[in-house]
Amino acid sequence: MEKNTLFDKIWDAHVIKSVPAGPDVFFIDKHFIHEVTSPVAFLNLKLRGIGVKYPNRTIATPDHNVPTVDQDQTIKDKLSRMQVEKLRENCAKYSIELHDLGSAHHGIVHVIGPELGVTQPGMTIVCGDSHTSTHGAFGAIAFGIGTSEVEMVLATQCIMQSKAKKMRISVEGTLGKGVTSKDIILYIISKISAAGATGYFVEYAGSAIQSLSMEARMTICNMSIEMGARGGLIAPDETTFAYLKGKQYAPKGADWENAVAHWKTLKTDDGAIFDKELVFEAADIEPMITYGTNPGMGIKVTGTIPTTKGMEGSNKTSYLKSLDYMGFAPGEAVKGKLVDYVFVGSCTNGRIEDIRAVAQFVKGHQKAENITAWIVPGSREVEKMAHEEGLVKILEEAGFELRQPGCSACLAMNDDKIPSGKYAVSTSNRNFEGRQGPGARTMLASPLTVAAVAITGRITDPREVFGN
Amino acid sequence: MAYDKFTVLQSTAVPLPNENVDTDQIIPARFLKATEREGFGDNLFRDWRYDVEGNPKKDFVLNDRTYSGKILVAGKNFGSGSSREHAVWALYDYGFRCVVSSFFADIFKNNCLNIGVLPVTISPEFAELLFTAIAADPNTVVEVNLPQQKITLLATGTSESFDINEYKKDNMQHGFDDIDYLINMAAEIEGFAASR
Repeated sequence: MEKNTLFDKIWDAHVIKSVPAGPDVFFIDKHFIHEVTSPVAFLNLKLRGIGVKYPNRTIATPDHNVPTVDQDQTIKDKLSRMQVEKLRENCAKYSIELHDLGSAHHGIVHVIGPELGVTQPGMTIVCGDSHTSTHGAFGAIAFGIGTSEVEMVLATQCIMQSKAKKMRISVEGTLGKGVTSKDIILYIISKISAAGATGYFVEYAGSAIQSLSMEARMTICNMSIEMGARGGLIAPDETTFAYLKGKQYAPKGADWENAVAHWKTLKTDDGAIFDKELVFEAADIEPMITYGTNPGMGIKVTGTIPTTKGMEGSNKTSYLKSLDYMGFAPGEAVKGKLVDYVFVGSCTNGRIEDIRAVAQFVKGHQKAENITAWIVPGSREVEKMAHEEGLVKILEEAGFELRQPGCSACLAMNDDKIPSGKYAVSTSNRNFEGRQGPGARTMLASPLTVAAVAITGRITDPREVFGN
Repeated sequence: MAYDKFTVLQSTAVPLPNENVDTDQIIPARFLKATEREGFGDNLFRDWRYDVEGNPKKDFVLNDRTYSGKILVAGKNFGSGSSREHAVWALYDYGFRCVVSSFFADIFKNNCLNIGVLPVTISPEFAELLFTAIAADPNTVVEVNLPQQKITLLATGTSESFDINEYKKDNMQHGFDDIDYLINMAAEIEGFAASR
């Protein structure tokens, strides 16, 4: 019998037709849209004189440019307001389910999809956002698309793409204390570079991955795109089923039993062939932080910034330009460096588990004088739970400022910008130049490391501050 | 939407050898707040092109009149990061019709093909040769021949072949897009959707 990978099984089941010497016509089960990458797609539908083919397969929420304060009031920024209003108008016109600002399930699209149980194993999911790979944590094929493809999905529920190559990344063993799934993914990207998985779809496997919660798995799949991968996925298991059971859109009753029986078949067959296989040891992974301007430029918090030894030409020039932007020098340690801002949030680490981790660690401490600490829940549901569990009180007592849900300072489309030249240690996913505001200097890390930095005001190994 | 047809392009080229140029550099997120596909070229490479007061930065290649053209020759791993198609809209709106690099990020490359900006993947050696030739003579003309799948430095005749799948090649040459194709197979799609 043919041995297939999980990726093959899901992909092949969604191909309606393979164009000779061309891409596959690929069916999309669920489509998420937001205010920034959808308006031109809707506009083009109108120009073509066509509508939305399967409106019940699309779900919308405004997240990218929304303010994180006063969400009950009219959005002050005119252009942001127009985009959000356009989303409302399009959703109403085409009968698309919208989780609007202030509603019970408003939030970052990649946080609310799983929370609602829309995201399920075996599905194909796309969104005009590269972090759509997050949903792969449930054993789904999920990836980001451009606006032309958003238009295709709205018009036909299909896109045309060639099947990616397959890579398996296994992480074996037990993680050390103070090491989180964010450290796993930052470690992997630092090893294979920000382009190391371009052209591939990645399956994450191994005992260290299997031991993770759904939230932690989402963090890993979320950052697949940061090593260039089309997406990343993890085979569904009991952890996945337990998370989904009872969720609003999860199957119920006999449908649930049937669904689980099918989901249990969604795994890579023994002996299936990958185009590339990598294995890492969990014990080698320590708390990580980035020092440069792409997510591949990461080191352990206690490490030193690589020297230019062995680099030449544009490789060396680009590297030095990056360090110059960050205000760092080759060969120096990052630990102990002063920081100005910390940001906890985003589709990478804005879930309840992340906020619990930060609250647990900062409880009874005060943030350092030099730190501005923002914490932005990924959704209204996360915000509600944080209140109910008393986490908000702990965080506010520690000097953190809690804001309302949205993408916020991850990409700084709204007013949540890090000022030019300032250092931010952030739980988000990109440390690109200007990502968190023009001139902002971003260092990516786990929620635990961010909590430690908030307390000491400097780049800190979380294991030292909070002991064991 | 249907776009310009692409067959043979002869043009001078703009060199940008920086590696890992992400789409946040091509167009920063704060300039994505439009509901129509117009004017993005003004903010192409915004933070590399202008200082905080909005004055052009002299050392950036788009502000250097020595270089111009419809072809951007870019460094390795061009277009990484965000899936924003706005990055390609900005390149197109500015006047680029072709981007050449030894390595493209996947989503960016797809986005290019979907709006008719031709992404040409060349060897690192040919990229180096192009950068050197453009530095030596900014007026040197590069020919990108889609029917023949060949890129040529006209001054010397040095050329290299590039890959593109037949379907996308045909689309680019005729200005078709994927929706035209998909709408024509509506019945098959409906049948499939009904089974799910």
